[in-house]
Amino acid sequence: MHTDSNRVPGEPMTLNFGPQHPATHGTLRIVVELDGETVLKATPHLGYLHTGFEKLGEHQDYNQFIVVTDRMNYLSPLSNNFGYVLAVEKLLDIQVPERCEYIRVILAELSRIADHMVWLGMGALDLGAFTVMLYGFEEREKLYSIFEKTTGARLTTSYTRVGGLMRDIYDGFEEDVRAFLNSFPKALKEVHALLTRNRIWMDRTKGVGAVSAEDAIDYGFTGPCLRASGVDWDLRKAEPYSSYEDFDFDVPVGANGDAYDRYLVRMEEMIQSGRIVQQALDNLPDGPINVDDYKISLPTKEDAYGNIEGLIHHFKIIMDGHGVQPPAGEVYGATESPNGELGFYIVSDGSGKAYRIRIRPPSFIHFQAVPHMIEGGMVSDIVAVLGSLNIIAGELDR
Amino acid sequence: MSEEHEETTEAQQPLVIQKVQEQYPDAILDISDARGELTIIVRKEGIYELMEFLKNDSELTYNFLADVTAVDYSLMEDVLMKYDYARFVVVYHLLSTEKKERLRVKVPVHEKELSIPSMTSIWKVANWLEREAYDMFGITFENHPDLRRILMPDDYEGHPLRKDYPLRGRGERETFNFEEQNV
Repeated sequence: MHTDSNRVPGEPMTLNFGPQHPATHGTLRIVVELDGETVLKATPHLGYLHTGFEKLGEHQDYNQFIVVTDRMNYLSPLSNNFGYVLAVEKLLDIQVPERCEYIRVILAELSRIADHMVWLGMGALDLGAFTVMLYGFEEREKLYSIFEKTTGARLTTSYTRVGGLMRDIYDGFEEDVRAFLNSFPKALKEVHALLTRNRIWMDRTKGVGAVSAEDAIDYGFTGPCLRASGVDWDLRKAEPYSSYEDFDFDVPVGANGDAYDRYLVRMEEMIQSGRIVQQALDNLPDGPINVDDYKISLPTKEDAYGNIEGLIHHFKIIMDGHGVQPPAGEVYGATESPNGELGFYIVSDGSGKAYRIRIRPPSFIHFQAVPHMIEGGMVSDIVAVLGSLNIIAGELDR
Repeated sequence: MSEEHEETTEAQQPLVIQKVQEQYPDAILDISDARGELTIIVRKEGIYELMEFLKNDSELTYNFLADVTAVDYSLMEDVLMKYDYARFVVVYHLLSTEKKERLRVKVPVHEKELSIPSMTSIWKVANWLEREAYDMFGITFENHPDLRRILMPDDYEGHPLRKDYPLRGRGERETFNFEEQNV
């Protein structure tokens, strides 16, 4: 690695990066062996936030598990809610009303923007650009206000239900979202002005943690990280779900697969998400938000309080062991979450609880490639690489 | 198993099934195509070569390994009966980015010989996914470069996602003996 013949080889030093390092954004740990400032070897350790989500899924019914999905990628809980119920609906073989699909798309794309905004702010903060964090968090705050008004919670949204949504959007939702869509490109412009041609930012990110297209596929990269390496792969285009085929949007693709390209891809993705939300708002259909089947979604309040049939259905869905009961079988449902392919593999034995729920988390798979990306680099590059991958510990360990 | 073969070859099969049956006539135990998801259940013997074939064949191009996991079927009697009381099934989710097709490959594994070849030398992504399956189910992956626990502590006893492992408390239940129950 070192060609300088005057250099006296020293003892390699072992450094513990994490679990409580400010740049890890959660609890993960990398043991790095250093020669001077060069990383010789990196060994990631994880499991600090392991809470047994998959085991819990075997003991909760299908609607109860939605609450658990909030806590996976806590920067974009709505995307997790969305991906999970899509898999269950695939298992039940039901089609939700179009209005529901559109609302889900709007909220999933808004949470993609919120996710990328936090990633942008924190990633830049880690590399010393404090101002960007304020821009990112200001925009996210606007989105979180919309989420709070829609779902009742900022973070633990649990907004989707099997076969529909918790409730319809509020009056004035459209105006709020349109106002946001008008304002956030300005913030992005300012960030571009602050970072994109910034000497320090380019030095810290260009060529850092570069992954070739072949390696990216070999390491199972998905989402913006895969696209930054030059692979044009987006599940919203490749396997359209939930009416994504109705919308016109571009998939930004990078060239070098380094931290700088991952930054540019995510920046452009936010603009494209804005386009999708705009189109979905323009064409938002009227109608019900839940499937017309009281075996799957809760009856309306009028029915539950007004007639005996509604009351019984309400009771049955809520009671343990009487709720949503998909036929026996298995299903793998994958969605394009802000970080990449979020997959749910559900095995059902025909009862009200899943026999097995497996979550394919993008962060877990991206984190695996970290040694490949940082070995041979400088110790300060670790921060840039981790930031650019957007490793979310809640999703990493589940 | 031969009856199943005859049954399934009559209809027009997807290309991947045709090719696998041509190349490895004994490999496939069962085929299902439910909810638009193609699944093949294959024998453990020769699984490494089969996966290599699925990845490298120019017409199949399953170049992307999306997921590796396992299922403990010990409480699902009907599935157990089908595959000679193999308690665990290792599940691979493959994806061809070229053809935009997915394939699920399931491999029944008996508790007595709880091991399966590692796919790490075919896909690097398999490394941690297999470590997680090892950690959660205790399935050994042969020729794995670094088979350690990944989510649970190194000195942890037991495998939490097994069906005999309780939701609360530690350790598999002593009263639950799969081998004795299903002789």
